[in-house]
Amino acid sequence: MWKFLHPYANPETTYHFTNKLLPWLTALAALFLSIGLVWALLFAPADYQQGDSFRIFYVHVPAASLSMGIYVSMAIAALCSLVWQLKLADASAAAMAPVGAAFTAIALITGAAWGKPMWGTWWIWDARLTSELILLFLYLGVIALHNAFEDKNLAGKAAGILTLVGVINIPIIKYSVDWWNTLHQGSTVSKLGKPSMSLDMLWPFIFCFIGFALLAGVIICLRFRNEILARNSIRPWVRQLVEKQLA
Amino acid sequence: MTLKAQSQQMTEQPIDKANTDRVKQLSYRRAFMLVLKRDLTIAMRHKDDIINPLLFFVIIITLFPLGIGPEAQTLSRIAPGIIWVAALLATLLSLDRLFKSDHLDGSLEQMLLSPHPIFVLVLAKIFAHWLITGLPLILIAPLLAVLLHLDENSYTALLLTLLLGTPVLSLLGAVGVALTVGIKKGGVLLSLLVLPLYIPVLIFATSAIDTAALGLPYSGQLAIIAALFFGSLTLAPFAVGAAIKVSTN
Repeated sequence: MWKFLHPYANPETTYHFTNKLLPWLTALAALFLSIGLVWALLFAPADYQQGDSFRIFYVHVPAASLSMGIYVSMAIAALCSLVWQLKLADASAAAMAPVGAAFTAIALITGAAWGKPMWGTWWIWDARLTSELILLFLYLGVIALHNAFEDKNLAGKAAGILTLVGVINIPIIKYSVDWWNTLHQGSTVSKLGKPSMSLDMLWPFIFCFIGFALLAGVIICLRFRNEILARNSIRPWVRQLVEKQLA
Repeated sequence: MTLKAQSQQMTEQPIDKANTDRVKQLSYRRAFMLVLKRDLTIAMRHKDDIINPLLFFVIIITLFPLGIGPEAQTLSRIAPGIIWVAALLATLLSLDRLFKSDHLDGSLEQMLLSPHPIFVLVLAKIFAHWLITGLPLILIAPLLAVLLHLDENSYTALLLTLLLGTPVLSLLGAVGVALTVGIKKGGVLLSLLVLPLYIPVLIFATSAIDTAALGLPYSGQLAIIAALFFGSLTLAPFAVGAAIKVSTN
């Protein structure tokens, strides 16, 4: 069943696969983001209570969900690398960490900007804000551990263990913080079947969300390619590639 | 004692069949006790390793009234938080010792090579670390609680949360130390890795103490800390073992 994946254990095959994948991802990301953002910022109706300032939601929520989603994908990659010793899984985890950290930071900053007009303050020690901040710390820890090792393979393994410990801790941290203090509004989108927002607002959100997810995919793909090249820089195929580029 | 323990371990390398059979007689419990005894003996010979984190704990707690002001009401309100944050920092400070010297003199590698699962040996080392740092902290905490005018109802809660919580700190911290033991400047990195993982313990412990001060039942918080304790007791040694294998590569 998993046989189709086997060729991609080879860095060269994977590199060429990302080469083919990248233009598609980029085009789709550009399409979805431009439709979604224009729709969301210009045409979606303003909120009856929050006015136009709710539109930051179209950036804030995708960034927040991606920040968690990327951590989980990082943990899956780390598990694959620890269990099956896949070196490329390490490379992909390394590629994902800074992107996830950036999305976490975006979620925090847009959240602060949204909180100022709505709650009257930039920062509140509210459960979701706090757990997002802690998620940022976890990301930064993984990145710092990655940079601390000279040997990339060791760095990948160490960061992988930390990621897995973190992923067990994330729900615990989340619930403990939830329990500690809650002010943030409840989930509006993920109530399946009966979202508590009108469809005129939901559709642009779906476009934005897919757009941002694709954007994350593009950036991760680019970083992943660089990781592959950096880790295989002594291989002949990389040399050939470089010579072709230079010629 | 340490030399003896080490040399015993050296001779117990599985060189031939007869030797492995003899090694098998060393049960997990005996292996656990050996490592525990060895670590405690080493700690007893470097007493300042025990005393310094404790002093650090005491000094941090004395700094807070100086910084915030001596009003008993304010102090008793923030006492649980201060004591617990100081306990986190004191544990963090002492963590470095857990694997560092063993890594430098090579006995950590010997432990990996020994026929016993690294789980047992690591658990013994963590238990020793808790006996050396966590236990003194618990013993001195009531005294500091008096200094901070902690509410009288909260003393039992403080001791119980420390009793269940400090082992979690040692267990989770061991994962961080095992990851950073091979790195030259691991100290600062260690705090970045470990402190976010300590947050749930901090939240539930201080909340239990606060609830106790109001005279309400705090068994729920205590149960969650106990769950954290047993969860990390079963999972953390595996992570530590894997991390040591990476670090001693």
